[in-house]
Amino acid sequence: MKEGFRQSMAWLHTWSGLLVGWVLFLVFVAGTASYFRDEITLWMKPELHQAQHPEVSPEVAAGHAVALLQKRAADSPRWFITMPTEREPGVRVSWANPPGVKPKGGRGRFSSAMIDPATGEEISEARATRGGEFFYRLHFDLHYMPAIWARWIVGVCAMFMLVAILSGIVTHRRIFKDFFTFRPKKGQRSWLDAHNATAVLALPFHLMITYTGLVTLMFMYFPAGVQAVYKGDQDTFFAEMFPSGGERNAKPSGERVPLADVGPMVTAASQHWGGAPVGRITVNHPNDRIANVSVTRQISEATRTMSYNTPSVLFDGTTGQQTKTFGDEPSGAAETRGVLYGLHIARFSSPFLRALFFLSGVAGCLMVATGVLLWAVKERQKYAKAIANGGRAGFGVRLVDGLNIAAIGGLPIAFAAYFWANRLLPVGLEARADVEIRWFFTAWAVAAVAGLAWPTRRLWQVLLLVGGTLLAAIPLLNAATTSTHLGVTLPAGQWALAGFDLIVCAFGLSLLWAAWFVGRRAAKKAAAPRPAPAVSAEMAEGAR
Amino acid sequence: MSRAVFLPSGRFWPRNEPARLRVSVAMRTLAAVIGGYALASLAAALLGLMLPMDRVDAVMTGTMVALVVFPCAVMWSFAASSAARAWAGLLVPIAVLGAVFAFRWMSA
Repeated sequence: MKEGFRQSMAWLHTWSGLLVGWVLFLVFVAGTASYFRDEITLWMKPELHQAQHPEVSPEVAAGHAVALLQKRAADSPRWFITMPTEREPGVRVSWANPPGVKPKGGRGRFSSAMIDPATGEEISEARATRGGEFFYRLHFDLHYMPAIWARWIVGVCAMFMLVAILSGIVTHRRIFKDFFTFRPKKGQRSWLDAHNATAVLALPFHLMITYTGLVTLMFMYFPAGVQAVYKGDQDTFFAEMFPSGGERNAKPSGERVPLADVGPMVTAASQHWGGAPVGRITVNHPNDRIANVSVTRQISEATRTMSYNTPSVLFDGTTGQQTKTFGDEPSGAAETRGVLYGLHIARFSSPFLRALFFLSGVAGCLMVATGVLLWAVKERQKYAKAIANGGRAGFGVRLVDGLNIAAIGGLPIAFAAYFWANRLLPVGLEARADVEIRWFFTAWAVAAVAGLAWPTRRLWQVLLLVGGTLLAAIPLLNAATTSTHLGVTLPAGQWALAGFDLIVCAFGLSLLWAAWFVGRRAAKKAAAPRPAPAVSAEMAEGAR
Repeated sequence: MSRAVFLPSGRFWPRNEPARLRVSVAMRTLAAVIGGYALASLAAALLGLMLPMDRVDAVMTGTMVALVVFPCAVMWSFAASSAARAWAGLLVPIAVLGAVFAFRWMSA
């Protein structure tokens, strides 16, 4: 812009990254946690930790689900059965409430229950919690605002991110070399190296995750294609795109005909897909003459495809005859979109691959954090003289400092508060799940207000110490409040639970190390005030 | 022209930056956001109409391409040597694609 291509792209990289950096940090952290949302949910329901899960055939599990639905919701217009997976061993059934029926306690149009696939008995609901689902929603729906606003905000931030990544790549002269460069304890240069290393380390992931994130909601962000081709008729477009829901809009006949056995349908559908497991069963108008059953393939490691597209098989609900199949040979475009979508959600991944996705996500969090910190460190040097003479840095630097502390120092405390609330709140508390979430935001708000009021090194240390202690103590908290602590889960090989304790504790210890490091640097600085650094040389280096 | 016209506090940007640069940045930002979105949307619409595949596939492909067109347009807006060139570089393809789109729309 001013001097040349590389400089203008460096400028664009700086501003597109900085302006949305704090929202991006939240989105990255929540998204990274969401890779383990089932495991987080399990950890947050200690009542289910001891549950035994004997292998049950899908036919039996589906039969139990239908039996419960016949008992509880025989008049419902639609049933949904979500089959058990490796990571979620229960069967979830839900149903649309018949018109005019208000369920007690439930809100909205749907009710649901969790059942044991082996016995068919309803699993008495564990403590009320949103578990990992909260992070998953936070990732794109934020909180305390209509989801549609949140999705636009997150989408705009993601587009900024895509611009920041692309312009960051083209400004980079020595991308390969930077990967191996880290010069610690050198102030701004160390931040730059850390930013480069975390960015380049997982660069394919960062590019992929940002682009595919936009793909998940692309028809909302760019409706022009649908508008032009379908003349604004979105329903027709989505019906052509997802032709697998079964015939849900048909009018029921009112004539009662018993529902055919669902078990053989599950087996037939699975056979149709070469043995891939069944994910979801939708029964439209059960017990009516026009009943039909749509069986959808599972999205999991067992399916052996990265695509998020789910083929389905449709059955006649009274005769049990297979009537149609959908999505067996998706078009190139549909499969491209399906794989991009699937890559973002990573539900296809094995535990090892999931861990790599998680680590790349952590690198992304660090990339964003070091990026916004680097800006503040660099910008503050312009005020080095003023600060040395007892003055203050400019408003921009102080604002960014405050936001950095609020986001980076505060978010770990919010996460910790959410987990602590899960264990400390009474199990029978009214609106318990909401109270847990309130703990999350209250803790974050306190940290954020403190950060904006006193953006100092001292406060960094305090917040890192608090967040680090709370997270590092999670295994102790778990041991004190449940019988499934590390001493039990490790020998038993319950890796989902042990992994949660260990990973969260490791994050806590890292934060404590950071707090110690910040404190040591502060002590050193107080002991021997360094001469003003060679500002111009370092800035030239930074602008590269 | 005084700095204060554009910003209540001159401190957020370095003091020595001339106001002209600020106007340029504002113009480029408008080009990036409005021009970029228009170009990306036109690309999605045209590809959706013209790609030789099922219409649902054409729309999907066009929209996925639009997600790449937008950031490229943003980068162009800030890489061009002047704000006027940034706008010109977006308006020309918008005009061309817009003309093709209008022709398709009327002949359809």
